[in-house]
Amino acid sequence: MAEPFVHVENVAKRWNGQLGVENISLSIPRGSFVALLGPSGCGKSTTLRLLSGLELPDEGRIVIDGRDVTTAAPSERNLSMVFQSYALFPHLSVAENVVFGLKVRKVGAAERREKLTRALEITGLLGYEKRKPGELSGGQRQRVALARAIVANQPLCLMDEPLSNLDAKLRASVRKDIKKLQVDLGITVVYVTHDQTEAMSMADMVVLMKDGHIQQTGAPEDLYYKPVNTFVAEFVGAPPMALIGGKALPGFEQAATIGLRAENVRVAEPGKGRLNCQVTDCEFLGSETFIGLSHPSATGLTVSMPGLKQIPAGEKMEISFADEDLHFFDDTGRRLTQPA
Amino acid sequence: MADHVNIERRRQAIYGWILLSPAAILLTAFAFYPSLATLWSSFFSRGTRRRPSEFIGGENYADLFSDPTFWKVVTNNLIYAGVTIPVSIAIALGMALWANSKIPARGFVRTAYFTPTVLPMIAAANLWLFFYTPGLGVLDQIGSLFGLPSVNWLGQPETALWAVIIVTIWKEAGFFMIFYLAALQTIPEDLKEAADIEGASRWTYTRRIVLPLLMPTTLFIMVNALINSVKLIDHLFILTKGGPNDASKLILYYIWEMAFAFFDAPHAAAMTILVLAVLGIVAGIKFSYLDKRTHYQ
Repeated sequence: MAEPFVHVENVAKRWNGQLGVENISLSIPRGSFVALLGPSGCGKSTTLRLLSGLELPDEGRIVIDGRDVTTAAPSERNLSMVFQSYALFPHLSVAENVVFGLKVRKVGAAERREKLTRALEITGLLGYEKRKPGELSGGQRQRVALARAIVANQPLCLMDEPLSNLDAKLRASVRKDIKKLQVDLGITVVYVTHDQTEAMSMADMVVLMKDGHIQQTGAPEDLYYKPVNTFVAEFVGAPPMALIGGKALPGFEQAATIGLRAENVRVAEPGKGRLNCQVTDCEFLGSETFIGLSHPSATGLTVSMPGLKQIPAGEKMEISFADEDLHFFDDTGRRLTQPA
Repeated sequence: MADHVNIERRRQAIYGWILLSPAAILLTAFAFYPSLATLWSSFFSRGTRRRPSEFIGGENYADLFSDPTFWKVVTNNLIYAGVTIPVSIAIALGMALWANSKIPARGFVRTAYFTPTVLPMIAAANLWLFFYTPGLGVLDQIGSLFGLPSVNWLGQPETALWAVIIVTIWKEAGFFMIFYLAALQTIPEDLKEAADIEGASRWTYTRRIVLPLLMPTTLFIMVNALINSVKLIDHLFILTKGGPNDASKLILYYIWEMAFAFFDAPHAAAMTILVLAVLGIVAGIKFSYLDKRTHYQ
């Protein structure tokens, strides 16, 4: 594909001098699933609203499907949107909610009915046409919002934390539904979330943001295995990557910070480990136990052990790891390709 | 076992009646009893020293129905209600939609709209005298600039009722606007955004989303406006005293005249009962018919 489907170029948005987002550049291929990930207040929702046209950028250019839409109205951008609160019209029935946009666009009654049936079929809402949003469960409301987004058959769908109002169990199943829907319909989805599990499991491309800037853009495995800086390293993965001061490891003094994932840490026999730590806590997760460790020049050190382990806090533990599993960062937090 | 269940049930019943009693006592003393007493006294003739009051059944009502002034007053009140209710609601809605949008000096606009509501009706009427007074009034002053003749707005039968209607609308619209403004603020911002994404125009959004969501407020305001159209007569005392030639006389003013100017309590009572009956029926229709068509959040 020569040209990306959605192209964002150096977009910035500020409010009264306060930072919204700055220097946002993105290229989204057609048919991909892109997750905008980051802690709250990082500008991911702002980026989505800039894409949707609900906010207009102060700087930069937005191109969707080869058309410059930087200042176009939301309805001219051929996109649909799922809101965090679902934004369903409370006085309209499920059917009326779903076809609202079609009615506005003056689609004929027969075609409307056909599209409605299909959208309800896909989202499993057949039989609920007459209900009001207030008479539905949270998960059903969420699906009405989805049905409303897909009924118009727009090539681009924006989703603003669509799962954050659902309970954990439902979230996992709807996550799969949304991913399947995106693949089946072949639409491009831009999905905002603060939940890295959602981003990592659904997206083809993750955009990790912080303080209005993009930190890293790439496939989920890139963010996990090749974090470009210490923020990405600490944000992605559960438990987060441990950061060790370079001086604590003989031979790697040149790197300011060294990153290490829990799964690469092994418990060593006394006297044979590379770091001497103290156990701080044990977190039992069923198939494994995460054991939190403290070390004077490291943060977030964790070792994963199979099954249930109960080790009293304060106990000494030595750990070891392979050199090739280490990630190196310079003193500004940026990734070093070589241990300098 | 059955014993303690019974005791418990009785205890609950007593508890319930105790909770109910303050409201029941107050309503009975100040609403139910006076209404029934009024109904009862409307069946008696007016007592004089020579002829004491006696039971005459529906004669007072028959008198009223054959009284041309009564019909004139009823017609006046129907026009008064028929104009003030829809116009003040429409203006209130328009002002609320405007004051709710992002305009400069929003606080000032809202305060300005609300000011008439804070004024007592008597003060408002005095203020409007300043507009209506022939020769000296603002309306005449403006009119004379364009060479129009002086008009006695309050003093001629053709315009008196309309002059009174305008004062009422001016007074009520700001009050109703506050309710609409409060209701508008409960409509989440993202409904507008969702409609924007779908390409709905401002008008479509207002008609299909905002107005239906405002229906509970509209219903509430309609009932209030209806009640006001019967009970709001303070300004008549200042502006027209019901004249000229009963042209601006409203039913409550006529009741007051009947009772305290002509000292004819039974006829006043009969008229009061008629007003109560009409208001009760209209409120019943509104709440039973319109409530089903209204979405409550």
